[in-house]
Amino acid sequence: MASSAGARPSGSSKPLLALAIVIAALPLALPNNYTYEVAILVGLNAIVCVGLNLLIGYAGQISLGHAGFFGLGAYGSAILAARYGWPAWVSLPVTLAAVALLAWAIGRPILRLKGHALAMATLGFGIIVSIVLATEDRLTGGPDGMAVPPLASFISGEKIWYWLVGAVLVGAVWLARNLIDSPRGRALRALHGSEVAAGALGIDAAAHKLSAFVISALFAAAAGALSAHYAGFITPAKASFLHSIELVTMVVFGGMASTFGAVVGAAVLTTLPQLLTVFKEYEMVLLGAVLMLTMIFMPRGLVPTLERALAATRAKRR
Amino acid sequence: MLEQYLLSGITTGAIYALVALGFAIIYNASHVINFAQGEFVMIGGMATAAFFEAGIPLPAAVVLSIATATLVGVLLEKLAVEPAREASVVTLIIITIGASILLRGLATLVWDKKIHRVPAFSGEAPIAIGSATLLPQVLWVLGVSAVAVALLAWFFRRTLTGKAIIAVSHNRLAARLMGISVRRVLAVSFGLSAALGALAGVLIAPIAFTSWDVGVMLGLKGFAAAILGGLGSSTGAVVGGLALGLIEALGAGYISSAYKDVFAFVIIIAALVFLPNGLLGRRAAERV
Repeated sequence: MASSAGARPSGSSKPLLALAIVIAALPLALPNNYTYEVAILVGLNAIVCVGLNLLIGYAGQISLGHAGFFGLGAYGSAILAARYGWPAWVSLPVTLAAVALLAWAIGRPILRLKGHALAMATLGFGIIVSIVLATEDRLTGGPDGMAVPPLASFISGEKIWYWLVGAVLVGAVWLARNLIDSPRGRALRALHGSEVAAGALGIDAAAHKLSAFVISALFAAAAGALSAHYAGFITPAKASFLHSIELVTMVVFGGMASTFGAVVGAAVLTTLPQLLTVFKEYEMVLLGAVLMLTMIFMPRGLVPTLERALAATRAKRR
Repeated sequence: MLEQYLLSGITTGAIYALVALGFAIIYNASHVINFAQGEFVMIGGMATAAFFEAGIPLPAAVVLSIATATLVGVLLEKLAVEPAREASVVTLIIITIGASILLRGLATLVWDKKIHRVPAFSGEAPIAIGSATLLPQVLWVLGVSAVAVALLAWFFRRTLTGKAIIAVSHNRLAARLMGISVRRVLAVSFGLSAALGALAGVLIAPIAFTSWDVGVMLGLKGFAAAILGGLGSSTGAVVGGLALGLIEALGAGYISSAYKDVFAFVIIIAALVFLPNGLLGRRAAERV
């Protein structure tokens, strides 16, 4: 794991261009509103996963509670807009700032924990958020959820949202890749390899872990807020443990320490359940089986495994 | 009121302790956190309900359902965990999460999505003790859990297989050099912790009902209890389970029942930050 994170050559802007082209060309293949909806969902999940991958794939810290940040972003912006009448273009950035502050305050003590203890602490945070959201029904509407006002009167309809989410996704990937190529990113990868060795080289492990945590929380909150304003409705299920697990699964499935792996993981695992609704009763069994089989046979995840296979065939041809 | 809260806290605590012991056994033998542990609890309750509804007498249904869960546990180890031995911790976590989704899905196919009830082992008439009342099933929960914990302690201290599991948890390579079959130890630990989980599921089903999705929260609570007590310590798992049950019951009774899980998790996070090795965990030095 450590070697794959360290050995990856990056810096080329080609993949980013490729992503932008895919996003620009995809509408030609989207026949109706439903497929646009799925594409928007993919984009929103991908934004979360690109951030989460910084934390899990690069800094090597697990989080089983990022749906909590997703939910806080969604409900924060929704409550300010719906209950207090703030315009969404104010409520959204204010919420993001508040979530970033919260992530910083929570991350400081719990990122000292390692491995399973960190998994437990982040999981606990996520569950606390989802219970609070489901219980404070005067503000949040309780388990049934609440209606959310639109982002702005002119932003409505699947097509406009598609371009908005697509642009945010490209921005998120660009940010993440810049970060990974910066000294900060190299420090993160060093942490993933060995925290002790990184410390010996003068890398402030705690500060770098915390910044990855805050950035990933911010991405999750942004995707959450966008999804709330897009759907016009939000329920506490979006902040649940199961949603946290879905997000981590997308990152690991696509391939840790691979930004495009995170995007591909989000795309595959968001569309798969949509396709599997044909086999309604078997959906859970198939999803569970697909997860287990990919992780057993491709423990590095989809994209790194494919990249490696591609490189091997190229080497053979030479 | 206090007696009533303490009683209900110890009852749920005993269930959490059994689930936490399952986590501890698997973690010790394989360093895997088995996120499918809660599904063994679900299989215990649901299989008992199904066997009983099919006309099998209750005691036989209980034994059959624990046997079913044990088999599932061994299969999980052989088919999913062993092939991925070299994988990273996160990958192994995702594999067991996949297994838990798969098992929940199978439960809805083999059985259904309805809520089921298992009859109490010895009647429903409440017994009065001082100012508190308790259901006879509570005595079953406490008694059987105590016996299970005692048997487990005997198993790990006195039997060759138990000692082999402890040896593997200390040093896998050294254990193998001593002629211990690590593969067998792994299979036994998964089977054992599946049986413990199923036992918890059977015991609690007459009090709390059972359905295809009860395993998620019970599994999380068991994991929390195991971490609270100190991951890998059997005594810690029991102490952590009881502590978690009591925190929840007292929080629900005196402060707010809607927020009982919140208290539990706030205290766990605080405990982790201030006691990173759990209540009874060994202070571990990190190997560089």
